Amino acid sequence: MRRVRAAAAVTVLSALAAVTGCGGGSSSGGSNESPRTLTYWASNQGPSIEADKKILTPELKKFEKETGIKVKLEVVPWADLLNRILAATSSGQGPDVLNIGNTWSASLQATGALLPWDEKNFEAIGGRDRFVDSAVASAGASDQDPAAVPLYSLAYALYYNKKMFADAGISAPPATWDELVADGKKLSRDGTWALGAEGANLSNNIHQVFVLAKQHGADFFDASGKPTFTSDGAVAAVKQYVDFMAKDKIVAPGNAEYAQNQSLQDFSKGTTAMVLWQAAASTFASQGMKPDDWGVAPVPVPAGAPGADKSTNSMVAGINIAVFKNTKNVDGAKKFVKFMTSDKEQILLNKTFGAIPPVKAAQEDEAFSAPELKVLRDTLAASAAPLPQVASESQFETTVGTAVKELWADAAAGRQVTTESVRERLTKAQQQMQQ
Amino acid sequence: MSSTRRGGPRSPLAPPASFLWTRRVVLTFLTVFALLPVYVMISSSLKPLQDVSGKFQWIPTDLTIRPYFDIWDTVPLARYFVNSLIVAGSATVLSVVIAVFSAYAVSRYRFRGKRVFTVTVLSTQMFPGILFLLPLFLIFVNIGNTTGIALYGSRGGLILTYLTFSLPFSIWMLIGYFDSIPRDLDEAAMVDGCGAFGALLRVVVPAATPGIVAVCVYAFMTAWGEVLFASVMTNDATRTLAVGLQGYATQNDVYWNQVMAASLVVSVPVVAGFLLLQRYLVAGLTAGAVK
Amino acid sequence: MTATVTTARTGRTEDGQGPDGGRTRRRLPRVPDRIRRGGLPYLLLLPAVVLELLVHLIPMVIGIVMSFRQLTQFYISNWGEAPWTGLENFRVAVDFDAPIGQALLHSFFVTCVFTVCSVALCWLFGVSAAILLQENFRGRGVLRAVFLVPYALPVYAAVITWAFMFQRDNGLINHVLYDQLGLSGPPAFWLIGDNSFYALIVVAVWKSWPFAFLIVMAGLQNIPRELYEAASIDGAGIWQQIRRITLPSLRPVNQVLVLVLFLWTFNDFNTPYVLFGKSAPEAADLISIHIYQSSFVTWNFGSGSAMSVLLLLFLLLVTAVYLLLTTRGRKGSDV
Repeated sequence: MRRVRAAAAVTVLSALAAVTGCGGGSSSGGSNESPRTLTYWASNQGPSIEADKKILTPELKKFEKETGIKVKLEVVPWADLLNRILAATSSGQGPDVLNIGNTWSASLQATGALLPWDEKNFEAIGGRDRFVDSAVASAGASDQDPAAVPLYSLAYALYYNKKMFADAGISAPPATWDELVADGKKLSRDGTWALGAEGANLSNNIHQVFVLAKQHGADFFDASGKPTFTSDGAVAAVKQYVDFMAKDKIVAPGNAEYAQNQSLQDFSKGTTAMVLWQAAASTFASQGMKPDDWGVAPVPVPAGAPGADKSTNSMVAGINIAVFKNTKNVDGAKKFVKFMTSDKEQILLNKTFGAIPPVKAAQEDEAFSAPELKVLRDTLAASAAPLPQVASESQFETTVGTAVKELWADAAAGRQVTTESVRERLTKAQQQMQQ
Repeated sequence: MSSTRRGGPRSPLAPPASFLWTRRVVLTFLTVFALLPVYVMISSSLKPLQDVSGKFQWIPTDLTIRPYFDIWDTVPLARYFVNSLIVAGSATVLSVVIAVFSAYAVSRYRFRGKRVFTVTVLSTQMFPGILFLLPLFLIFVNIGNTTGIALYGSRGGLILTYLTFSLPFSIWMLIGYFDSIPRDLDEAAMVDGCGAFGALLRVVVPAATPGIVAVCVYAFMTAWGEVLFASVMTNDATRTLAVGLQGYATQNDVYWNQVMAASLVVSVPVVAGFLLLQRYLVAGLTAGAVK
Repeated sequence: MTATVTTARTGRTEDGQGPDGGRTRRRLPRVPDRIRRGGLPYLLLLPAVVLELLVHLIPMVIGIVMSFRQLTQFYISNWGEAPWTGLENFRVAVDFDAPIGQALLHSFFVTCVFTVCSVALCWLFGVSAAILLQENFRGRGVLRAVFLVPYALPVYAAVITWAFMFQRDNGLINHVLYDQLGLSGPPAFWLIGDNSFYALIVVAVWKSWPFAFLIVMAGLQNIPRELYEAASIDGAGIWQQIRRITLPSLRPVNQVLVLVLFLWTFNDFNTPYVLFGKSAPEAADLISIHIYQSSFVTWNFGSGSAMSVLLLLFLLLVTAVYLLLTTRGRKGSDV
């Protein structure tokens, strides 16, 4: 038995050595060993995975015709994408080109697994200037070369129910938060409510309080990447958001537990008059709402018109396209990124997926001048800011998102939400940030 | 030969009213408990999307069977189903065979390292599953790189993973069942000229049929329902149902009615399988010993 | 072979086992030496050992190694370069004065309470159902299948369905409680706040009890009928038979079943994850979600691994004590 045990130990240790020794791929800038093929992981942008395949395949054929490179496509469902990327990163066994949610950019950048888009690489796809600044800023930490290139962009807008507004005698959508609260009080009556929220959806909470914090002149991270969750501005922002339910009573208490887009359903049914959302048109349609029933306006700001800094009214939402550093076809991968970000493909794909092209020239297309998309486009161009591009972004979403979720729960249960209770939650969130 | 029959309690008199009432109440409660969500799933699967998470009604107002047609186009459900069937089926068979061997060894032999084996095997169930994910993936990728056996992304890798997942509990449960089979039975078989394998196959396995079937069901369901590893270790061609169902959720829209419809459709064969297996579950008896 | 059966029975009776013994002895006579044939048991174990090594043990060892390293996203693409941190990851996890340790401790207690309640209920439901279905009556076959239905449904869809049912404004539970049973007051939240603990237990029990039912049902088949016959001749009623024969006879199956349920429930990840998402309410903050947050969400696999190693140690201890107690009890009844 002793011998068996020793043998087992040797097996384990040698396997272990093999595993840890070979972890990850080469960290060089990739090679051109197999220049004829590429693997591409696309995120699910359209109504279904099958639909996305149908949309993308003809485009990939076009690319093959132009360059002779065959692209093997896999549309990866959202539920799996990040874990798949994580596994690919840790093993070096991944695709050549992939889509990433833009809020993941800095975290993935920190792994060093993605090809940095320096001056030279950007030149290869037509230059950095072709892209909207805020979109490029959402592709990695500001002091480094971007880890990805923006592909599809989106921003938040205020969607409102025209009939409910008319019934309440409101002629125009609110442009400031004070107006929104005032209108909201008129709209919240007889079982209907003014504003919808996804209180248990951490990401959504983050998107909202991030913008409000900007408007209060605060950021959740300082320039060196240290968390500053408890600054007065951040506390005020979170309190303002939760107060829509706690103090202003314009959000239904039930929204505190929403995490599966129930607020959009309430909106479609006419029990909620407003939601803050990104490109909700297709969802409204699938919920049986007619395009004439709802209107779109920029998300309110404290005062004046949306703009930069304190007049920011949206985060930059969207998808970036990235290249794995250890690809065996780095030139081909760059060609593919160039193809996907070309004006023509940008117009076509963004139109199909209901997004806004991050490429300036493509934005000019009239397809993006329809009322809804125009609001989103203008927001993206002038008044949207990227979420903090720090390596611990996902941790920030979890800790602060949870703090806001718990505050919603307090408000819904009728407990007091005070500056102190908000600060206490945020302090706890900040202490839970590791590193 | 009645002395080898096994079965429920026997009383010369009919069971007392207290027993009958307890049975009625408890079984009714458990039936309602088990089926309530199933009812909700069925009614949700028959609703138009906008009604699914709407105000609950016992009898939905608008009914449609469209989700049952749409499920096949939204995701390649049939392919996922076949994948799941292959993966779960193979994993079950292999796992149970291996577990039977191991459990037999532990139950019937004394050898050094027995305790170490059983406890080590069990300890694997004490480590959170999610942390196996990356190391295992890494091992598979490295095996692939050095030997050329593609475990990552293939059904084979998944089968290997799942059969091992169910192995520890299968072994432990089978040890329990085997222990409760009188040892004299297989010893006698050996005296009669059967080897150890003969005794296992002709005496122990038949006598433990209900337990083995229960373990089969467990191994199958473990493989059938696993999500996390399947999500990372499969690709479009090899994706299994449990993961594939999440394909009904896109970033903005979740087709809840289709999720429910698809879940029910794929569960029908599984429940039918349970029904078929039932008679082995309860009628296993000690058939081998009686002959 | 009929004769051998009889011998077996006689042997058992001679050991002092009977329906009135109160306990059914399960440890069987010592293996005669002739069966111990050198390598055979090892050969039988070989496939299991190889697979366990490959899929469970080596990854576990890697996990333990990871817990001593600072394996953050900066090193994930090249694990070998992650710096060693000694016990730092463990120190953070057990520093109960700091929020991370505090949260871990809290979640540990929640998980313990949750596990005890959930296992107890699963076992109770499973055993009751199996025993009550032991005797034939009309509808027995249907009920057997019905009770296995929760086990057959895909976890994701089933738990999402429960989440719908637990919705405050639109769910079935509140509809029944407030609209039909006429409970007063504002409707309760089930998915956030303190009630979420109960919601979690309901869903976990619903999902796991059919497993207990299945295992016990199979275990009941091994109880010799003549035990019941003898008891009924002695005039024992059905309740007495259940108490004196059925339950004691189930001991070996129960021993494993409870252990399996315990380990399962303790590490259950899918149920809370689908029910509550990435962050569970404090009252239902299970340790598996916590470890997920400390590894996959933060990409700090060293920290998540350290917590897992602590968990492993705890569970090993509990299991050892459990096995010691239950096995000793059985041995005691043997002598």
